[in-house]
Amino acid sequence: LMTAKSLASKETVNGRCWFYSDDDDGISVYLNRELHAMNTVVAQLQTQFQDYLVSLYQQGFLDNQFTELRKLQDEGTPDFVAEVVSLFFDDCSKLINSMSRSLERPENVDFKQVDSGVHQLKGSSSSVGARRVKNVCISFKECCDVQNREGCLRCLQQVDYEYKMLKTKLQDLFNLEKQIVQAGGAIPQHFPSYTILRPDIRPCLDA
Amino acid sequence: MEKGFSPVGLRVLVVDDDPTWLKILEKMLKKCSYEVTTCGLAREALRLLRERKDGFDIVISDVNMPDMDGFKLLEHVGLELDLPVIMMSVDGETSRVMKGVQHGACDYLLKPIRMKELKIIWQHVLRKKLQEVRDIEGCCYDGGADWFTQGQFLGGGEDVSFGKKRKDFDFEKKLFQDESDQSSSSKKARVVWSYELHQKFVNAVNQIGCDHKAGPKKILDLMNIPWLTRENVASHLQKYRLYLSRLEKGKEIKCYSGGVKNMDSPPKDAEINSGHQSPGKSSSYAFLKATETDPKQLASASVSDPTSDVHMPPKAKKTRIGFDPPISSGVFDSLLPWNDVPDPLESKPPILYENSFLQQQPLPSQSSYVANSAPSLMQEEMKPSYVNPDEFLMPQNKNSTVILQDMDLSAPFSSNATSNTESIPGSLNWELPEAHHSGSLDTDLDFTWLHGEHFFANSGLQNFQFQDYSSSTSLLSELPPHLWYGNDRLPDPDEYTLMVDQGLFIS
Repeated sequence: LMTAKSLASKETVNGRCWFYSDDDDGISVYLNRELHAMNTVVAQLQTQFQDYLVSLYQQGFLDNQFTELRKLQDEGTPDFVAEVVSLFFDDCSKLINSMSRSLERPENVDFKQVDSGVHQLKGSSSSVGARRVKNVCISFKECCDVQNREGCLRCLQQVDYEYKMLKTKLQDLFNLEKQIVQAGGAIPQHFPSYTILRPDIRPCLDA
Repeated sequence: MEKGFSPVGLRVLVVDDDPTWLKILEKMLKKCSYEVTTCGLAREALRLLRERKDGFDIVISDVNMPDMDGFKLLEHVGLELDLPVIMMSVDGETSRVMKGVQHGACDYLLKPIRMKELKIIWQHVLRKKLQEVRDIEGCCYDGGADWFTQGQFLGGGEDVSFGKKRKDFDFEKKLFQDESDQSSSSKKARVVWSYELHQKFVNAVNQIGCDHKAGPKKILDLMNIPWLTRENVASHLQKYRLYLSRLEKGKEIKCYSGGVKNMDSPPKDAEINSGHQSPGKSSSYAFLKATETDPKQLASASVSDPTSDVHMPPKAKKTRIGFDPPISSGVFDSLLPWNDVPDPLESKPPILYENSFLQQQPLPSQSSYVANSAPSLMQEEMKPSYVNPDEFLMPQNKNSTVILQDMDLSAPFSSNATSNTESIPGSLNWELPEAHHSGSLDTDLDFTWLHGEHFFANSGLQNFQFQDYSSSTSLLSELPPHLWYGNDRLPDPDEYTLMVDQGLFIS
């Protein structure tokens, strides 16, 4: 059993834990406990992470393209996914603003510009696997084609909502990742498959 | 040169106006061990390609780009630089793909693009190299140009491949065999135009540039090959010109009748813009290689008059290509066979046609990108009227008629999530400090790369909660082990159905 005397100190330097003691047994016992505690925390976080990730697929926020993105990330570029989605959200904001301007005046709507914006948004969302955003774009394009300004405005609002929602979700996910790393754990290399998690939907719906 | 062909280090230029895709493609291509250069603008890409003439092996470009149609870029690259080009798009409609093929794309990829597709793009580079060698070698023959005039070659217009940039090698071979039967009795020693020799030839031609008379004598002098005769060069030159002209043929352009014979005599009434050229004279225009005039000329000619010989497009269709930077003679291998091509309307060097996509017009849609402010996540309101760029920098007023005002996002989101989003305004400010003041197109499409650091700048270790993170703790336990993909490989969809059938998924 570990007594207070055999304990020394613990120091975390650069994410590594250093244990100091003049008592070898003390070290090993202490270590074991520490590691166990850490592992528990890490394991919990990892579980949370995986659950959350899976839920995002299940709820249709993400599709397989996001999986591909995560696979592209490696030790050399640990922030790759975060950077890419950041670019995407910036693009969303920009495109939504410009489309909004085009739709502003009922008597003078530049549907061509709106259509171009929708097209870009669709392409952009397909790059990160932002499934819901992409789906809104499909409806959005239809409204553009028939020059339905009201419909376009609704779609615009919806696409704005969806991208912001996704942004929040992913932020939470990335925060969880950070916590895992901080706790000394590794980010689970779990790659959920959209088609498995949503069997109610036909595959190949990334059209 | 294909001896030790390795895809590693393949020099790829990626052109895409979508910054997200550009970043992703760059990463993917790097994973293929290629040497990647990225470009957000088509014009920029062209500039890069021209600057580093032999700096790239292959170009991958998106179809839809703001400053230039992807197909136009494709044409230019193909004509001027003869590089393989792969097109990409979200849109996979048959007509679009067809257009890509017609304009000479060697492949058309649909987004989202998979790694496995990028891993084999090197085949297009290799294929092209092999074709080049074959073409050059197939060019060997005894000299003498009589067979050109027989129209035999040209009469076989139907054989000119639809949309292909490269000659049909077999057709060529057959032709030369036929020719050797009918050629004159004089048999000269066969000159083998190796790739190196041909390169020297091309270099010499380029050196002379568009100085109208790229004549055999001059070329011979520049090449400085002692055993080569003027006749050798002359015959090779003729073939080269033909080869170039075929590169530019669209599908509907039939042969030029009586073609090559006229090529050394300047057309008397060379009113290029008049549209009244006789067939014989119009054929001489076939030898404009890689001048920006040609794609337009031939393309519009093909559109306007598919059934007869190539005519100059009518005056109304004349377009000018205002390239930036201005065209210099060294840029392209023009072999203008005549002395003075009058350019009555323009003062610029051989620019005959106007191309609206290249004009420096401020595009309203682009400048709207420029001046976006979007001060915070919570208030993306619209300005009632877009008067000048500076106004955008000011906070929006609330009198907008557009629905997107005051989106109260606190309701659907958890409180913690809201605080997260509010703490990252940095990632939303789309900064273009200089661009919207310049008002030119050159800088306003500068997609500023906001790095991930900004995105998460303020998120520390928080005890966060998930908004709709319901009781999924049991989720994992329900997942059978083989659904955990610990490896890199994503199982094929086929495997899924098996698993699904066995009811192994989560409801």
